[in-house]
Amino acid sequence: MSEPQNLPARTGVLVVGAGEAGVRVAASLRELGHDEPILLLGDEPHPPYQRPPLSKAFLDGTTDHDTLALRTPDFFREARIEVRTGRPVADLEIDDSGAGSARCAGGDTVAFDHLVLATGARARTLPIGGADLDGVCTLRSLHDAETLRARLARAHRVVVLGAGYIGLEAAAVASARGLDTTVVERENRLLSRVSAAPLSEFLLDRHRAWGVRFELDTEVREIVGDSGRVQAVKLADGRELPADLVVVGVGAVPGTELAEKLGLEVRRGIVVDTAGRTSHRGVFAAGDCTVLPHPHLSDELLGVESVQNANDQARAVAAAVAGVAPPPPAVPWFWSDQRDLKLQIAGISSGHDSYVVRSSSSGNDVTVLYYREGALIASESVNRPKDFMAVKRALGKDRTIPPTAAADPDTLLKDLIIDRT
Amino acid sequence: MPKIVFNSPDGSQHVVEARNGSSIMEAGTRAGVPGIVAECGGALACATCHVYVADPFRDAVGEVGDFEDEMLDDAEAERTAASRLSCQIPMTDELDGVEVTVAPEQ
Ligand SMILES: Cc1cc2nc3c(=O)[nH]c(=O)nc-3n(C[C@H](O)[C@H](O)[C@H](O)COP(=O)(O)OP(=O)(O)OC[C@H]3O[C@@H](n4cnc5c(N)ncnc54)[C@H](O)[C@@H]3O)c2cc1C
Ligand code: FES
Repeated sequence: MSEPQNLPARTGVLVVGAGEAGVRVAASLRELGHDEPILLLGDEPHPPYQRPPLSKAFLDGTTDHDTLALRTPDFFREARIEVRTGRPVADLEIDDSGAGSARCAGGDTVAFDHLVLATGARARTLPIGGADLDGVCTLRSLHDAETLRARLARAHRVVVLGAGYIGLEAAAVASARGLDTTVVERENRLLSRVSAAPLSEFLLDRHRAWGVRFELDTEVREIVGDSGRVQAVKLADGRELPADLVVVGVGAVPGTELAEKLGLEVRRGIVVDTAGRTSHRGVFAAGDCTVLPHPHLSDELLGVESVQNANDQARAVAAAVAGVAPPPPAVPWFWSDQRDLKLQIAGISSGHDSYVVRSSSSGNDVTVLYYREGALIASESVNRPKDFMAVKRALGKDRTIPPTAAADPDTLLKDLIIDRT
Repeated sequence: MPKIVFNSPDGSQHVVEARNGSSIMEAGTRAGVPGIVAECGGALACATCHVYVADPFRDAVGEVGDFEDEMLDDAEAERTAASRLSCQIPMTDELDGVEVTVAPEQ
């Protein structure tokens, strides 16, 4: 390990968190011609990397470390973006303008003119007995993914807690390796927080066909072990599922500690407006650490954990810091890979009051289109890329697709796009 | 290492070295080539890594896959016979010097 490089005494823009959002803020500032010094401080030991493959191609071994990097060292050097890894920021002080200083764990300090918080989120853990046993893993960081990948190679019986995206992706990888795989979910269906029932059903059928078992509507009481090693997952009804590997995929907790210490408004995540401004006009935040105004439900705030959101919030922050016009609003979108299934999601479905299902006779694909007050707001597709592309385009132009016509799976959605009334 | 020549929509040209096996998209985004968005990082989910492959390399880059084909149909910029999603082209020594033009809209 090389010695940590010293911090500069001062910088123009300090970005705390060297992940997807942090890197994008820095890169966008340079694209906008912003010329002041930029410093990215990250607490992880690795240079900035992408997380999505951690539960997909990296976990199943089809990609390696090198493909995870977000940018090359040359890029950062040429763009004059200083990156320091292994440097957790412990404390911040700011004045009324938002300028101030940061103190890293270990004592170094750096003064800055502008502050951007891009601290991401961490994996939620379960407040139950045995959660700290050897063989119980979460999946958020590269370190987590390396641990889990190594464990999968030795495991026989895997229990996944939580049927969200990360849990289902982990189950897909485990079952593809031929491991005995069970998913335990508190709700009565998969992806219940984000998806409508037909999509949950579709994924349930496919995972079952791969040999994955499901315990839905089921609470976990505790994780049982022997000599510190996990042995089984004990359910609320008293049954025990034997396991030598437990993957906890029960969501993420936004990293808000620094924001709270600064007295910024935090409601689950750091509250920001569409420009990425926090409750302190001079302090910005972007990515998984934030919550933003809900696009359909006034008075509600929404945390959107996606690469797209991290990037688009970061672009907005860069524009505000550079003092140029904000970029046009972007369509939220997300994807997930589960073996031969590619999920593509456009828009935000929460707040929908009806939906339409499209599925070809083969049964190998499905799209759910979500509507609110008659207007299209979102879609989720599995192996129907044209549906996804059409919906993303319609939403980007503030247009809609009439629900009745959309129900016919053989018509092209892009031919149905019309203005909203 | 094989080289890739990128022509960006802003008129700039960038010559980037690529590891064998890494995609044209990966080499371009990591080097910060303007115009490639590649939001999904190569998962074949976004169609924002659309490029036009210059003539002499059209065959060498291989065939368009089925899923890629559907995504390309609805990409933002016009699809031509030279259109590819650059995350689907792994670099090899045979592709040394390949020239691609980044699509103007992604
Ligand atoms: C396994 C997995 C799979 C995913 N799959 C997809 C997918 O398929 N599609 C998709 O769109 N999204 C996916 N996501 C979500 C996506 O990766 C995140 O939305 C995105 O990484 C958010 O970027 P961010 O910069 O806000 O946070 P992060 O990428 O988490 O970066 C924040 C960084 O800040 C660091 N940090 C925190 N506090 C401090 C501090 N005090 N000092 C210094 N550094 C600090 C953190 O350690 C971290 O390195 C996935 C996430 C995971 C974990
Ligand atoms: S990078 Fe997303 S499709 Fe190529």
